[in-house]
Amino acid sequence: MRRNLILGAVLTGTFVLAALVSFVFTPYDIEALDIPNKLQPPNGAHWFGTDHFGRDILSMIMLGARTSIAVALLAVGIGMGLGIPLGLAAAARHGRALDEFIMRGNDLIFAFPSLVIAILITATFGAGAVNAIIAIGIFNVPVFARLTRGAALGLWGRDFILAARVVGKSSARISVEHILPNIANLMIVQGTIQFSLGILAEAGLSYVGLGAQPPTPSWGRMLADAQTLVSIAPHLALFPGMAIVLTVLGLNLMGDGLRDWLDPRLRVVRA
Amino acid sequence: MVRYALKRALSLVISLIVASAVIFLVVEVAPGDPASFMLGLNAQPDTLAALRAELGLDVPRLQRYFLWVGGMVQGDFGISYAYRSPVAQMIAERMWVSLPLALYALGLSTAIAFPAGIYAASRRGTLGDTVVMGATQLGVAVPNFWFAMICVLIFAINLRWFSAGGFPGWEKGFWGGVKALTLPAIALALPQGAILARVMRSSLLDMLGEDFIRTARAKGLSRRQTLWRHALRNAMIPVLTIIGLQFSFLLAGAIIIEQVFFLPGLGRLVFQSISARDLIVVESVVMLLVFSVIVVNFAVDLAYAVVDPRLRART
Amino acid sequence: MTLLSVQGLDVAINGAPILRGVSFDIAPGQIVALTGESGSGKSMTALATMGLLPKGAVAAGKLLLEGRDILTTPETALCALRGNAMGMVFQEPMTALNPVHSIGDQVAETLRIHGTDSRAEARRIARDMLARVGLPDDRFPLSRFPHELSGGQRQRVVIAMAIARRPRLLIADEPTTALDVTTQAQILDLLRGLVADFGMGLMMITHDLAVVAKMADRIVVMKDGAVVEQGETRQILHHMRHPYTRALLAASTHRPKLSPRITKDDPILTVTDAVRSYAEPRKTLFGPRTVRRAVDGVSLTIHNRERVGLVGESGCGKSTLTRAILGLEPLQGGTITAFGHDIANLPPALRSGLQVVFQDPYGSFNPRHKVARLIAEPYHLLPRPPDSARREADIAQALTEVGLTPGDADKYIHEFSGGQRQRIAIARALILRPDLIVFDEAVSALDVSVRAQVLDLLARISASHGLAYLFISHDLSVVRSVTDRVLVMKSGKIVEQGETRAVFSNPQHPYTRALIAAAPVLPALHQEETA
Repeated sequence: MRRNLILGAVLTGTFVLAALVSFVFTPYDIEALDIPNKLQPPNGAHWFGTDHFGRDILSMIMLGARTSIAVALLAVGIGMGLGIPLGLAAAARHGRALDEFIMRGNDLIFAFPSLVIAILITATFGAGAVNAIIAIGIFNVPVFARLTRGAALGLWGRDFILAARVVGKSSARISVEHILPNIANLMIVQGTIQFSLGILAEAGLSYVGLGAQPPTPSWGRMLADAQTLVSIAPHLALFPGMAIVLTVLGLNLMGDGLRDWLDPRLRVVRA
Repeated sequence: MVRYALKRALSLVISLIVASAVIFLVVEVAPGDPASFMLGLNAQPDTLAALRAELGLDVPRLQRYFLWVGGMVQGDFGISYAYRSPVAQMIAERMWVSLPLALYALGLSTAIAFPAGIYAASRRGTLGDTVVMGATQLGVAVPNFWFAMICVLIFAINLRWFSAGGFPGWEKGFWGGVKALTLPAIALALPQGAILARVMRSSLLDMLGEDFIRTARAKGLSRRQTLWRHALRNAMIPVLTIIGLQFSFLLAGAIIIEQVFFLPGLGRLVFQSISARDLIVVESVVMLLVFSVIVVNFAVDLAYAVVDPRLRART
Repeated sequence: MTLLSVQGLDVAINGAPILRGVSFDIAPGQIVALTGESGSGKSMTALATMGLLPKGAVAAGKLLLEGRDILTTPETALCALRGNAMGMVFQEPMTALNPVHSIGDQVAETLRIHGTDSRAEARRIARDMLARVGLPDDRFPLSRFPHELSGGQRQRVVIAMAIARRPRLLIADEPTTALDVTTQAQILDLLRGLVADFGMGLMMITHDLAVVAKMADRIVVMKDGAVVEQGETRQILHHMRHPYTRALLAASTHRPKLSPRITKDDPILTVTDAVRSYAEPRKTLFGPRTVRRAVDGVSLTIHNRERVGLVGESGCGKSTLTRAILGLEPLQGGTITAFGHDIANLPPALRSGLQVVFQDPYGSFNPRHKVARLIAEPYHLLPRPPDSARREADIAQALTEVGLTPGDADKYIHEFSGGQRQRIAIARALILRPDLIVFDEAVSALDVSVRAQVLDLLARISASHGLAYLFISHDLSVVRSVTDRVLVMKSGKIVEQGETRAVFSNPQHPYTRALIAAAPVLPALHQEETA
């Protein structure tokens, strides 16, 4: 369904664009407090209203997009950067000690949800956006490692790999030359899905104070700030929440659309 | 079967040992001495030493690790640095909120996902399928804590069906406790249920494309009969995997959701402990969470063997 | 009275015609074979008869089962007919059974669904039926699961399921294609016996004319969705009128013209007492680990320009041996030397003398690379790969040699048919001008007419390049047609070897005899041999 891909790309693109624009322009300066204009409902001057300090919600959402997207993207980078080579190596040494070691390591990391990793890191080193990146990134590693290994194992049994081995190519070279190009589609699709999960995870972590710290704006903390005020100013919770939902929805639609477009038989994992 | 179970049990024990070592190591590298943090900058050296002895910080690290693990095996999690009370007792109280919440949500999530996934798969390509899949696509994108806030806004503040938060305690009656956990459990369960429904549907559709389904049709089974008698049980294998994974998400999610509903669960305990640098509590809660995830995965591995005779045979 | 009467059956899927005006009849107790190459529409005819056409298929014409038109019968009534009045057996026994239900339950299900009320009664009949198909209760209890059975045994379970209600019509879609020759012979005997016992009509779908000749009372030859010729088996085989039928038969019995054999004592590959074993998982909790010897003390020699065949059934160890010869599997005993060097540390310069062509024309190539790059992969073995102009010329020449054009170098592999892909695989093997090529089931996945062409190509290049080859196959007739010498492998051992002609005309080992006896042979070929 090409429609999913386009709708997803438009939604995601909107927020990426908002994040990029925020580097040069936001409707209001959010560091300047404007107490007289606090808790305004959406209106002509402040499209999404203002918070309890009179800060413009739209501007904060634009800046928050920056944090969310950066954290999730870097976490996907960590996951792919470590997970794909580990998965390739495990598949290349299938059934041997290295494979076993990597897979048991993966199982172990799977037992640590990213929130738990974030709790550990924060308790030890203090809070910050970097913690969120590391916590979500570590969580992504086994996802990519397992997926890579599974897909690569399927390929290692294929005759074209045997043909490459017959002419004496090393397993590292075969992994790069033959395996990687054939799993690239799968990785792109899974990367999109992990990106969307990263946005959700970052929001959760900053909501409970384990993510980006003030004054860095983030969607999760905007929601935490909104919590006590939600009955008198529902817009405080509504708009940041919608931003998360639409970004994640956009990425998921894009992932599904990409899969259908690239290769409908790709098996991605979603959890 | 016995061999399979023993093998899984062995890997469970190894996982627990390695996980505990990792947690201990990470917390150990924490800069700063809890005792000097608690007593402030002007502490006298002898009071500091006394506190360090009381907290068990004066023994070497390796020994401390074994003391910690050995204690946990016997149900002794140590003494909280901040409250000076047994950690086990503090955790046990909180656990009776977080664990029922996660299990309640898991039950709800499964109860939503199975009918939705089976319905969508059996009516593939119809309007009903499109509607269910559209709803799950949205459900997957909703952060549970935000959904919880919206639920509070609608059902507690506007409709006043539930209280906006807090927990009366189980000793005040079972149903009161269930009622207090219902809104949080729904908020937790819907996004996970949406994921599970999608997995259920695609797994069923995969199975419906298998050769043995065609064989069953050739025997005279209707489409519906092949789905219920042949596809469903085979489709359970990937679904079980996801249910196992979801438990850890639900437990972690419970910790976040507790903040929305002001529930006295593990979440509140752990965040208070982080700000008080009460590391032994953090360490123990984390270990407990990891322990439950590993045990649930063990249970899922055993469930595979019940579903799949090929695993039973590999004994 | 006819049991099944197919009259002017048309089927189109999403508007594309698949079947055009197919007509034939089946009488009770009669075996009618539908034959033709892939894409001829024979399987679609079977599915239409079962009322199991895929989504998007539109059928017209008449499909009368005992006078009742299947095409106009509603789905609920079809469910009552399937498994009851007509049963079906499929090609792939490994996936045709539900892995999580016991075989007894799966056979009993056919009975339960069609009105056998008591569970005990259904199980009793299931037990009888399994015994009838050769799976007696004392050795194969009803509680067995499919994964505990071999392919041939699973196919018997599928047959038991299909005949449990003693249907009047049985449809078998390539029932033995996935099986070994000896198993195939047993299953074919079983089917014939069932037809005789139950008076069923059997619609037998197969691409293998030799099987047809052995089994069928009538033949229906199909091509591109239409019937080209039909009639009594004997008559069709001896007095075929249609050119396509003749071409098909000619291709089935095709023997490429091999250049005269050169006998020279110049060994280029020597396998001495090779052993390759695998540790099996423990059977009991603390039981000893058993070791399975996939290759168990094999010795063989291939001389320069010699064409050697290796035959054996699945699981005999021929694939493992092939991989060991290619240096892809470590040995636990014995040695393999090629060109005087141990295979494990063969210098690249010598290694280029040994190339391979695999079975699967779809899996043999990286789908992301163009043909030029695919063919040039063996250049990796050269210390200094040729410059691009030289390389281009070599690729063009290799493509031309295998009957393709130099322009094909810029295409991706998915643009080629199965036969063309095997030609490309041969081009890849030829590019470094090797002395020895291993053909691992290289024509097994091809239709007979394409197979005949590839075999001709093989004969041609072996003469023009002075090649030696090791031709590995489960198909006796193919091995016989392209080799000078043949080795027969069973359970990891070479049980017999000798000149091809001698081994086939006067087999010594009982297993070789059983293999040759089990392989169905076309009468024409038969006459030629006995003459």
